[in-house]
Amino acid sequence: MSPAMRVVESRFLTYKRTWRFGLTTSFVNPVLFLLAMGVGLGSIVDKGADAASTLQGVDYLTFLAPGLLAATAMQVAAGESTYPVLASVKWNPVYRGMLATPLHVGDLVAGQLLWTSLRLLQTTVIFLAVMGLFGAIESPLALAAVPAATLTGLAFAAPICAYSASLERDTGLSTVLRFGIVPMFLFSGTFFPISQLPTVLQWIAYLTPLWHGVDLCRTLCLGTAGLLASVGHVLYLSVWFAAGTWLAVKAFEKRLIL
Amino acid sequence: MPERAGRPNLVEARGLTKRFGSFTAVDGVDFDVAAGEAFGFLGPNGAGKSSTMRMIGCVSPVTEGKLRVLGRDPAIDGAEIRARLGVVPQEDNLDSELTVFENLLVYGRYFDLPRSVIKPRAEELLEFVQLRDRADDRTEPLSGGMKRRLTIARSLINEPEVLLLDEPTTGLDPQARHVLWDRLYRLKQQGVTLVLTTHYMDEAEQLCDRLVVMDKAHIVAEGSPRELIAQHSTREVVELRFPAGTQDTLLHLLDGVATRIEVLPDRVLLYTNDADATVAEVHRRHVVPENIVERRSTLEDVFLRLTGRSLVD
Repeated sequence: MSPAMRVVESRFLTYKRTWRFGLTTSFVNPVLFLLAMGVGLGSIVDKGADAASTLQGVDYLTFLAPGLLAATAMQVAAGESTYPVLASVKWNPVYRGMLATPLHVGDLVAGQLLWTSLRLLQTTVIFLAVMGLFGAIESPLALAAVPAATLTGLAFAAPICAYSASLERDTGLSTVLRFGIVPMFLFSGTFFPISQLPTVLQWIAYLTPLWHGVDLCRTLCLGTAGLLASVGHVLYLSVWFAAGTWLAVKAFEKRLIL
Repeated sequence: MPERAGRPNLVEARGLTKRFGSFTAVDGVDFDVAAGEAFGFLGPNGAGKSSTMRMIGCVSPVTEGKLRVLGRDPAIDGAEIRARLGVVPQEDNLDSELTVFENLLVYGRYFDLPRSVIKPRAEELLEFVQLRDRADDRTEPLSGGMKRRLTIARSLINEPEVLLLDEPTTGLDPQARHVLWDRLYRLKQQGVTLVLTTHYMDEAEQLCDRLVVMDKAHIVAEGSPRELIAQHSTREVVELRFPAGTQDTLLHLLDGVATRIEVLPDRVLLYTNDADATVAEVHRRHVVPENIVERRSTLEDVFLRLTGRSLVD
């Protein structure tokens, strides 16, 4: 079995004990969001004068759901890449134990990201099924939103891993959430089109990986995805993932190979 | 490379050096560990023992010098070497989220052993370290001694040829230490090569066939415990303890009473080959200490002689 899979195996043993909690963040929360914002708030939004044109001709729930899919992937990725990584370096220093075996630093990073991608797959498949139940899917292309959202998550997971592995204290973890994840969640097109933002903020939104993930997932689910734009989104997210992975390997080496 | 009694050297170091920035943790040390022996690094905290161990364990790159473990170069064959080593680190790094048994299971998997091999082996090892009845408990509530024993069991999951133990009994109570020593002694009898660090002289004397004394990144002496004592100390030691504040005023009365006199802040050590005669001489000179202890010379005395400091400071 590949070395990274052996790392995944050990994470799975832990996950078997805590999956109920994990399922809350990755499944129950988005469903509540869909209900409250998509159905509840959506009933008001859809009465707005120019709602249809701003929301690309669909009701608010259908507009919101794919955005939430991408944003949920981001949150699951952040969850897996913050505390578990720093803990494995520091409080429950299992990485040091692993490095005394034939495993390499690269295997630890690969295992961590592989594990995260499995969690992302699980989350996005369930999420997409729920979207189907809510009738919020417009096109069979929506199936491609599963790998799209997973890639979105990985674009966050890799650089956050690098950051977490370099921290001394856990206060830095909440900084990521406070100044990275939460603002992106709110202002990267999940809840409203970024055309509603002032121009400067629009350009900032374009730089965030989340906007690319949201737009990719949304156009796939609405069946409006253009080839060029989609390839652009995938490339942009892949660059974040690749650069983040490289940084993570460097950060792990710096922290663990003394 | 010279072999010891026909047994190959499993570890060979020449001019082995480890630097962290401008700080030199290990400064050009030479040593060999032969197959089947128990080899110790004795020295105070910060002497460079752990850095040396981490280099042998192929988890810390060698800065300079030559190191061969199991005949191979850690810089090239790190993973292949680690597959044949067992490591008991100074600080336990068991997975606190997993049970005792699961810790052995995942660790065996890191070595790519099939579960069918790991399971019976893990049960055997838990029996060996007397933790069988705790197999399904989480590791967190285990005592320090139990965690160490589990870490030893874990380090044996791949049936290593060399077992590296970094301060295996530091922080354990005397009973737990004796249980551990007994297990390590059995491993040695089974032919496992032991390499350990310690700052306890009794541990070194109990476990090590041969050891090096490290101080400030250097090896300052090498030999069996008996050889080291014969070479660097006398056969016996008389310890004199004086009422507080009076020690300095009485020192001149002790001139020439022993082969060598070591003055510590709290007591005076008289190195002699005949403790009884030395005590008689002390009495004859009308020196009246609060307390007199006669004992055999230990590695602590060797260390004191070589470095002018006691081991645990």
